[in-house]
Amino acid sequence: MIYLNLFRALGPEAILLLTAFVVLTFDLLLQRTREIPERLRIAGTIAGVGLFGAIVLLTQQTPVTLLGGTLVVNSLTVIFKVVVVTLTVLTVIISLDYPIGRHVGEYFAVLLFGSIGMLLLISAEELITIFVALELTSLSLYILTAFHKGALRSQEAAVKYFMFGAISSAFLLFGMSYLYGVTGATNLREIGAAIQTLGSSPLLVVALLFILVGFGFKVAVVPFHLWAPDAYEGAPTPVTAFIATGSKVASFFVLTKFVMLSFAGMPGSAVWKHMTPGWTMLLAFMAVASMVLGNCVAIVQHNVKRLLAYSSIAHAGYILVGLLAASTTGATAVFYYIIVYALTNLGAFGVVAALSERVGGDDLEHFDGMSKRAPFLSLLMLVFVLSLAGVPPLGGFFGKFYLFMAAVERDSVHFGLLWLVILGIFMSAVSLYYYLILLKHVYLAAPKESQRIQTPLYLNIALGAVALAVLGLGLYPQPIVALLKTLAARL
Amino acid sequence: MRVDWSIYISFIGAGLVMLLPKNSKNLIRWVALLTGVAGLAVALNSYFLYNAACDSLISNTKSGFWHLIDVPWIPALGAHYHLAVDGINFPLIVLTGFVCVTGVLFSWNIEERVKEFFAFYLTLIAAVYGVFMAMDLFLLFVFYELAIIPKYFIIAIWGSTRKEYGAMKLVLYSFIGSALVFIGVLVAYFAAGRGTFDLLELAKFPIAGPIQVWVFALIFVGFGVLAGMWPFHTWAPTGHVAAPTAASMLLAGVVMKLGAYGCFRAAMGLFPHGLDQWRWIIAWLGVVGIVYGAAVALVQKDFKFIIGYSSVSHMGFVLLGLATLTVTGMSGAILQMFSHGVVASLLFAVVGRMIYDRTHTRQLAELGGLRKALPFAFWTFLIGGAASMGLPGFSGFVAEIQVLIGAFQMSPWLAASAAVSIAITAGYILNALHKVFFAEEEHLQNEHGSGSPGGSPSNGHANNGRDARSTTESRWNLPGITWPEVVASLILLALLVIIGLYPSIMLDMIKANVKLFPGVLP
Repeated sequence: MIYLNLFRALGPEAILLLTAFVVLTFDLLLQRTREIPERLRIAGTIAGVGLFGAIVLLTQQTPVTLLGGTLVVNSLTVIFKVVVVTLTVLTVIISLDYPIGRHVGEYFAVLLFGSIGMLLLISAEELITIFVALELTSLSLYILTAFHKGALRSQEAAVKYFMFGAISSAFLLFGMSYLYGVTGATNLREIGAAIQTLGSSPLLVVALLFILVGFGFKVAVVPFHLWAPDAYEGAPTPVTAFIATGSKVASFFVLTKFVMLSFAGMPGSAVWKHMTPGWTMLLAFMAVASMVLGNCVAIVQHNVKRLLAYSSIAHAGYILVGLLAASTTGATAVFYYIIVYALTNLGAFGVVAALSERVGGDDLEHFDGMSKRAPFLSLLMLVFVLSLAGVPPLGGFFGKFYLFMAAVERDSVHFGLLWLVILGIFMSAVSLYYYLILLKHVYLAAPKESQRIQTPLYLNIALGAVALAVLGLGLYPQPIVALLKTLAARL
Repeated sequence: MRVDWSIYISFIGAGLVMLLPKNSKNLIRWVALLTGVAGLAVALNSYFLYNAACDSLISNTKSGFWHLIDVPWIPALGAHYHLAVDGINFPLIVLTGFVCVTGVLFSWNIEERVKEFFAFYLTLIAAVYGVFMAMDLFLLFVFYELAIIPKYFIIAIWGSTRKEYGAMKLVLYSFIGSALVFIGVLVAYFAAGRGTFDLLELAKFPIAGPIQVWVFALIFVGFGVLAGMWPFHTWAPTGHVAAPTAASMLLAGVVMKLGAYGCFRAAMGLFPHGLDQWRWIIAWLGVVGIVYGAAVALVQKDFKFIIGYSSVSHMGFVLLGLATLTVTGMSGAILQMFSHGVVASLLFAVVGRMIYDRTHTRQLAELGGLRKALPFAFWTFLIGGAASMGLPGFSGFVAEIQVLIGAFQMSPWLAASAAVSIAITAGYILNALHKVFFAEEEHLQNEHGSGSPGGSPSNGHANNGRDARSTTESRWNLPGITWPEVVASLILLALLVIIGLYPSIMLDMIKANVKLFPGVLP
């Protein structure tokens, strides 16, 4: 064990940690007397430099596995770490334009802590590290949720998020302890091997159930979704963007690893008319419930952030459909989808953040006639929302197509998983309804005021780049799909 | 230039329109018009080249396809960017070009959000061109879905009667239809097991019979929704009525053909066994649509609804013709797509642009006497209506008679039932013609005779204008027909007559290609 290797492998995380402390001390010691916008700009710049440094370090990492899987660095983790760091950069950019209160230094520091947690989570293949990283992420997000200091809604959201999150962590930890008790290992690969030889046992089923409950909370699938709409609505919008994207990417990534490395050999089937109890069936039920409930409840929402919260519950359902295929194609599809989904949602929340502060709220009515007042951001909103709805040629379309394709491929002789796909496709037709309602407010309704809304140029550029990425990923997905596929095959 | 440039030109035009300043409305209109004309010119040029080369192409290669481009797009899926044309889709591509140009001309009077209108419009056109040329199921699906969203905005922003309802209904119907297609496509892909979406490749590997039966139904119904197949047609009348003129023209003229074309290319081309099982049902559904659409059109009070339901009726001929599986019937069906595209565009233009935009009413009871007020509209509707009725000398006659011959070969009962609609069609066209263009004089005589004014709003309206009418002048004081309307109408009228008098310019090519369809009866 050479500690230099460990340090090298942890370089990106270390640099982010350092940046967090620099931002914190700099803001506390030198900035107190200045105006808040200026402090925001300076703190944001420091954070941006640190994040950029992290990306540079990430691209230069060499594959390595340390401490029995505590820290795994390979191309796949590097890709996802770059995605998470990019999402953090975008969150920082959105935050610059958002009133987050006096505690600027703390805000960016906690944001960076959350980002570090996600990076660790991505590279962890071992139960304890997974749990610790998950907790680091979650605790940071709880704090960030409460950052709307004056708003009671924000406090309520944070407490609710925390309560649910804490309980889910308890479930997760409990399940992990059982898993360790049965298999005698904490490394995901070893657990998978042990499950292969031991076969199923009641204890193992309990462990599995509890772990799925724990992750179910983190990725907000029905019936563990109750915190999501409140937290999304109450949190400052940049934080909502971060919760909805960064933490989802990291959690889904590690859940996919769990499935592919540990659970794949366990019994269970979701094939129509031949269902057998097991993890696939559980995931199938969670997927069905998420797709149906998420989409149907989104229809009646009046608040854009709540609407997007329910839509993201539905999207988690689609992802589970790909996940339970437990094949290389399935994993590839899930990986592709969470990247596109994260970019799209971040863009959508970014537009909401930029506009809602200028029109005084984030209800659907506040966005009436936005296409006349802020044509560029409205166009971006159109792109993001249509991508969420799965309209070609945007990334969301190909992602959904690929997910469903993976599920059909799983049993392409009898089409056993086709029922899930059929449900998913029809639910996405339902989703088009509420996405169009949102666009109706933006493009059709008459504006209440007529003056143009000015947004900072850097924000327009950043969100425009995200929209281009969403378009590009849909128009020509081949390079990234091929890359993810080779990497997923090596899992 | 190859014909696939029609797609790119339209996309470029849409992008160009988006970049123009929103206040220079005339510039935007001209750019849109030039885009449409350029797309049409490319399509027409290739059409005539193909038409000349068609016979030798078929005798040399045993296939009527001109492959425009075929490059791997997403090799991970096996999706190709494969565009090809043959005698089946070429008439539809040309039709798209004509409807695009005339649609722009008939939209010349749009003053509100001009830039967005033409950007959406040209995007829709590009997607439609794409669907007609795509030879890869995945690509076809992409273009097909791409065409859905612009329709929503065009109808919901610039439409009239219950526009948001009509737009949402149309979009959800289309999306649910495409959901069915999506499922069918996935199953076909895996059932064939070749790792390709290419229509021509897939057709070479017959899929197991039982799967064919239900996948055929999925894909056929999925596309059939957009083709206005009874009983999934209900989006069509509401959507057509709610849409602004250019969009009605596009919807009835071209978008419904997307559905029928999809039925032909994807469902019938890939699943011959499924077609065998379902063709009688399809044929009868077609007949029901023909008669039902015509009968409902007969009792409508709104002028635009008449044309809307007549579209359902005419599209029934397409389905019936396709289901006959005879060369005559299928060729008739393809020609009917073209013919109805022109007729429907023309009639919707008369109703929506020439009449509604001037009178602001479409109720038959409130209209009347427009023959003197708008003579050009009268003559256009007269000729268009004659073509719609299927009078000899117009394209509708050539198409429908062939469908009926084909249907007769399949079963005389089919032909007889469908033929009933010809009488009904004559009924509703003449009824509309009478009430809209003549009835004024009659009202006048009746009123003079009875002397007791009725209580209905239309009579109230008429009473207000009594002074004007007592001098035998029309009560209408309407702005005259503008040059874009005249040009566009003449283009469409010319098409009707040319195809009607000289059908072989299109029919030979269609027939030669239909003969290559697997399992077709002579």
